[in-house]
Amino acid sequence: MAAIDQAIARPRPAEARVPRTLLLHEWVVTVDHKRLGIMYILTGLLFFVIAGLEATAMRVQLFFPQNDLVPPETFNRLFTVHGTTMVFFVGMPIILGMANYLVPLMIGARDLAFPRLNAFGFWLSFFGGLLLYFSFLGGDGLYGAGTAPAVGWFAYAPLTGRAFSRGNSTDYWVLSVLVSGFGSIATAINIVTTVVCMRCKGMTFGKLPLYVWMLFVVSCMVILIMPPLTAAQVMLLLDRFLGANFFDTQAGGSAVLWQHFFWIFGHPEVYVLMIPGFAAVSEIIPVFSRKPIFGYPMMVAATVGIGVIGMGVWAHHMFTIGMSAASNAYFAVATMLVGVPTGIKLFNWLGTMWGGHIRFATPMLFCVAFLFQFLIAGLTGIMLAAAPFDWQLHDSYFVVAHFHFVLIGGLLFALFAGLYYWFPKVSGRMPSERLGKWHFGLFAFGFNLTFVPLHFAGILGMPRRIYTYEPDRGWDLWNQVATAGVPFQIAGVLFFVANLLWALKRGERAGDDPWDAWTLEWSTTSPPPAYNFETLPEVRSRRPLWDLKHPEDPDWKFE
Amino acid sequence: MRTAAGALPAQWALPRRGRVGMAGLIATESALFTIFVVAYLYYIGKSLNGPYPQDVLELPILATICLLSSSFTIMRAERALEHGGGSGFTAWWLLTIALGGYFLGATAAEWHRLIYEHGLTISTNLFGTTYFSLVGFHAFHVTVGLIMLTLVFVLSLLGAVTERHAERITVLGFYWHFVDVVWIVVFTVVYVIGR
Amino acid sequence: MFGACRLGWGRGYLARLCSAVGVLFLASAAAAERTAGSPGLPHAPNIFLPSSAPAELIRELAWLVLSITAGIFVVVTGLLVYCVVRFRHRPGDDGHEPPQVYGSNQVELAWTVVPLLIVVVLFLGTTRSIIAIESAAPPPDALRVTVIGYQWWWEFRYPELGIVTANELHVPVSARDDRRPTALKLQSGDVVHSFWVPRLAGKTDVIPNRDNHMWIEPFEPGTYVGQCAEFCGTQHAKMLLRVIVHPEGDFERWVAEQQRSPVVGDDPKVRAGRDAFQQTACINCHTVGDTVATGIFGPDLSHLMSRETLGAGVAANTPENLKAWVRDPQQLKPGCRMPAMQLDDDALDRVVAYLLTLR
Repeated sequence: MAAIDQAIARPRPAEARVPRTLLLHEWVVTVDHKRLGIMYILTGLLFFVIAGLEATAMRVQLFFPQNDLVPPETFNRLFTVHGTTMVFFVGMPIILGMANYLVPLMIGARDLAFPRLNAFGFWLSFFGGLLLYFSFLGGDGLYGAGTAPAVGWFAYAPLTGRAFSRGNSTDYWVLSVLVSGFGSIATAINIVTTVVCMRCKGMTFGKLPLYVWMLFVVSCMVILIMPPLTAAQVMLLLDRFLGANFFDTQAGGSAVLWQHFFWIFGHPEVYVLMIPGFAAVSEIIPVFSRKPIFGYPMMVAATVGIGVIGMGVWAHHMFTIGMSAASNAYFAVATMLVGVPTGIKLFNWLGTMWGGHIRFATPMLFCVAFLFQFLIAGLTGIMLAAAPFDWQLHDSYFVVAHFHFVLIGGLLFALFAGLYYWFPKVSGRMPSERLGKWHFGLFAFGFNLTFVPLHFAGILGMPRRIYTYEPDRGWDLWNQVATAGVPFQIAGVLFFVANLLWALKRGERAGDDPWDAWTLEWSTTSPPPAYNFETLPEVRSRRPLWDLKHPEDPDWKFE
Repeated sequence: MRTAAGALPAQWALPRRGRVGMAGLIATESALFTIFVVAYLYYIGKSLNGPYPQDVLELPILATICLLSSSFTIMRAERALEHGGGSGFTAWWLLTIALGGYFLGATAAEWHRLIYEHGLTISTNLFGTTYFSLVGFHAFHVTVGLIMLTLVFVLSLLGAVTERHAERITVLGFYWHFVDVVWIVVFTVVYVIGR
Repeated sequence: MFGACRLGWGRGYLARLCSAVGVLFLASAAAAERTAGSPGLPHAPNIFLPSSAPAELIRELAWLVLSITAGIFVVVTGLLVYCVVRFRHRPGDDGHEPPQVYGSNQVELAWTVVPLLIVVVLFLGTTRSIIAIESAAPPPDALRVTVIGYQWWWEFRYPELGIVTANELHVPVSARDDRRPTALKLQSGDVVHSFWVPRLAGKTDVIPNRDNHMWIEPFEPGTYVGQCAEFCGTQHAKMLLRVIVHPEGDFERWVAEQQRSPVVGDDPKVRAGRDAFQQTACINCHTVGDTVATGIFGPDLSHLMSRETLGAGVAANTPENLKAWVRDPQQLKPGCRMPAMQLDDDALDRVVAYLLTLR
């Protein structure tokens, strides 16, 4: 038997004043999944702002051809650190943080399976991020942006070898990602164990909320895909420090081997990033359409399908390295196949909205934009999957536009939806709808203004990762329009931050269940007490609160 | 066993946390070792200069027997603990540590021979790189396992290990079995296929 | 909070977004056409204006893929807009929930099967294209060129013609009834680069310790530009490429010029420059045909003045730029592998005078 038996702690009365130092100490030593979840998310948002400023600098530099605002090596550091930060120190922390907070609540548990391991994982992630940014100071100091890494976020060999990357900048990249990778693996093992061993009575796998199912699949993927990256990075460290020859082409080593190992991690990683966005949207769309999710079993099957097939498509990042026709054909068709379960989910979300009574509160606005933008992202992905077409589009701004549509238009919009949706549960306050709509409008407009034109820059032959470009290639206008979108996105994010800060002070009290939702986290107080539930719930269907609110028409009669 | 719709299940026993967590750890470590094995296999025959495997590798038969036997002895220790036998447990546990320690010692001796007699280091050629990293990675995992086993041994000498801890000892045993299975794979790849 | 929400928002936003994005896409297509052949650079890059057989094959596949994805886009966006408009919450809906529909086997089967069929079609088209481009063996009399990528310049060797040049690839034009493709063997001297001239073919990476192969077959004479497309270090952005496609009969003229040995002549300044060139570190890196200069780390300078640019495209090849480059390449291309040669003004003049004779 696996239930955690904790003494039920007495909740702290709201009027008790706690000295700041004691409060800080509590947060630093906490093993409570809710606090760790909040810390993960705040860490992610902090790095999001920093990486966004890096992107702003790049877009300003690229406004004019032959611009000399940002020197070449600094620009190379900017895009390396921007990409590394966004994937490892924004994306992963926010999705693992939300999972941390929500999974135990949604399955009726009191915490994750291994609370101390949870804290360990968080602090590893956090310090990994600090290590990456320390690189700006370590070595050269701030002159020329210090010794931050400048090898691109996927750090191809042999550019990362001692011969071509002198000094320690690449080592900062390796170590910061390595360290935070261990944190991600720890959290993933924690989530898998929690979902398997700590579900409340009656909650079979068939009754898990889709959010939990999807984070379970994601965690299984993280357990399997982080090691290839870890292994490749250890090999790179052995090359750089002990003279090993894994990627040393002079000694017969293979540059392509790094690419294989990296992308065996890297491609499933983008599903690891994206699926939690799907998970949030799969909870929000039903509630705001006032209907259950359409086709729950197929949603689960499609998610598992994406996870499994997604492990076998990595070399679509390598179509141009000169693989055989057979290999190219295999990876092309496998990549297109992954589009099928993804498309199925899109249709299921539409099917959920169909026949509903849709309310367009801020979370739902972000979901609608997500659907539209993710559709575009998926379709440009299909274009890239057609290998010969990719031979033109690979490593161009078309790819940059594609993956920003996936990660901003898809993931970030879904995360904004989720943050607005669950903010009342976490804080006990409602965010402002007005500020939320300003955030949405500004950000959606700015995002599209920046990234739609970049598709065309790519079609016109503009490669990625260039600090400047020639004036006679026809790329000027697209770059200028793209840069024009940046201030709107910045404004949108400012409205977001302002909204959350305002809500914490002046937001309407949320109560337990402000959205009239159906999963277990809405059955406890906002915010939940440290022990989550007075008594552990018992469930009979996928929507336990629907059953309670509609005893004459419970879900378990129809599921 | 299907429960009628709307009824709560009579029994609700979920798997134990320790086992699932250890299964997760083993899965992730397996993925890690797989990559080192893939690199080893990929680079077979590709070294630009010697020494080559067939010239310098000797089959570590005795060390392998010791390591694999330690899986047997650790199971005996677990059995002894479940039946409450304090000294029986401690004896089998110590034997496990000794067998694992011999394995590490033999690996160290082999490395000494390769480095000082044959001049093979991690930077000499692709064989050296892949050999030392794969075998070394495994030896590192054996070392971590031995540290954990020694910790338990010390606790058991202090009388702190009882039947109540049988589940945790079993979970630690899974890790040790995993280390042995990895050795079987490494042995096959390095000493059988690669030579 | 629901009452306060302006219900027109969702529908209004979506309509505005769709129209904005649609306008952007249409405007782009028009602009893409316009930028082709804009003054200053004929044949500006554009993957939809191919001038060579592989690029044409890719465009054919692109049309198939684009038409299918455009169809999917229109259908799904239409459904989304319909949902947002038709099923938004109306005042009469308060107090009761809509019918709780859990799924539909037929509908779900349909939207699984149709995408699978689409994948089959796309896969067939893609495979055909892969084979047509990748498995096409160039004819035995095709021009063969070895392309070697270095940080941050390109070397081109014509082994059968005995020519070595840099940064500009010269090839003959091909005709559809008299085909003259060029077969490229791609190698790297240091890190991974990528050879990309969009109008002529898709890109292929150049990887150390590995030979890659591709072919181009331009049907229109002219100059085509491209650049390295795999991040390779500091000056990746300035590792530019030019492919000059010679009209019928003109390629042979270029070959003859390249095969001629450079002649120094009688000008004492030029001779002094040649001597300075051969007695300083220049010859450690550079080759000038039929002289003692046989360095291989930098570009072959035998016919330097026949090139349009310096430093792999970083500056036009004029005497002033050449002088600035030789004085201190780091001013034009910071981080590049050639150091400032520490020549005083007189020595610099002489060396440049010599280089200017290398036509």
